[in-house]
Amino acid sequence: MTQRRSYAVGTGLFIVLGFAALAYLATQTTTLVNMDGGATYSVTASFTNVGQLKDRAPVKMAGVRIGSVSSIQLDPKSLNARVTMDINKRFDQIPADSSASVLTSGLLGDQYIGIQPGGSPENLKNGSQIILTQSAIQLEDLIGKFLVNGSPNSKKGK
Amino acid sequence: MNARVKPRNILVDGLAQIGEAGLFLPTLLAAVPRSLRYFRETVRQIWFVGAMSLIIIMTSGLFVGMVLALQLYHVLAIFGGTASTGTVVALAVYRELGPVVTALLFAGRAGTSITAEIGLMRATDQLSAMEMMAVDPVAYVATPRFLAGVVAMPLLCCVFSAMAILGGHLVGVTWLGIDNGTFWSNMTSNVHVWKDVIDGVVWKSLAFGAVVSLISVHQGYTTPPTSEGVAYATTRTVVASSIAILALDFVLTAFMM
Repeated sequence: MTQRRSYAVGTGLFIVLGFAALAYLATQTTTLVNMDGGATYSVTASFTNVGQLKDRAPVKMAGVRIGSVSSIQLDPKSLNARVTMDINKRFDQIPADSSASVLTSGLLGDQYIGIQPGGSPENLKNGSQIILTQSAIQLEDLIGKFLVNGSPNSKKGK
Repeated sequence: MNARVKPRNILVDGLAQIGEAGLFLPTLLAAVPRSLRYFRETVRQIWFVGAMSLIIIMTSGLFVGMVLALQLYHVLAIFGGTASTGTVVALAVYRELGPVVTALLFAGRAGTSITAEIGLMRATDQLSAMEMMAVDPVAYVATPRFLAGVVAMPLLCCVFSAMAILGGHLVGVTWLGIDNGTFWSNMTSNVHVWKDVIDGVVWKSLAFGAVVSLISVHQGYTTPPTSEGVAYATTRTVVASSIAILALDFVLTAFMM
């Protein structure tokens, strides 16, 4: 009988340990952004070019993460990229005339959306669109321009 | 090797084994309601295949995490990206190494003993004796071991992954000097709870647990009742489980991407 008891206790401990490990993995090594799914509102913005922006990329304001990109689609009429962002409900004081730009963290880092606050007394709501946008800077375009124009020093040399 | 147990044609034999195991699965599942009467047996099997495997799983997890961090640190240093060592360790462990290595160890540690135990029961006519006593051997012997494997595998994989993260942290932060805050913040901002932790650690290992347990129980249950038969069935459990785990891993990854 005592042997049976020890099996049950050992099994119980094992199961508790397993779930504790899962809880540790889920809470300590990930951001549980999508867990509070109800507490976000979505805002759209269209960009002429989103570069390497991906789904779930962060949306930041003053460098602080306030939400994430939920979808990127091509608008069939305007042929612009239409980006939908989920912003946490806590940040509901963002002026409606704020502007959004696709930025890169570091020289070769991941791309994210940065929001610069405007001055309007009205705030962004669920479903509203950010009008002022700035597309991603394409490294290839910059290099192309540099090659075509040449650097100022080389012109002086001629 | 005994000519009787030697397969004449590896391909035909392998296909026959897959087919037989596939047909054995409904038998096992149909016996689940009847095996509830032997719930204590299932608990004892979870203790045996799960709790008793903890030491090997924890040690292996720790070392896998440590060696990953050590290798990745030096490779990432070439690109100036040592800060993402923690991220890469976590993603590699959650998506691939955790479920796969745990399943391979599980097949070696628990699968073989399940096969050998049931195989010896078959060889010593214990299964026939149970039938004589009106005890269903599938419900009393096979199904509890199968269920125990399905329950224990994801839990073992969680423990393995947690130990790997701690091992990676030990090497990365304590020995190689990555900043502690950078290590964790980089990891938390790039690891996704559903796509990485739940899909990888939980679903994948659940599938591997079911496959390894099915192969082990089936091999044991259909063991030729001889000494060679038991030895051969045990070997086949490891070989078949390993191939099944690695092949299934590719298929599951392709679906989850």
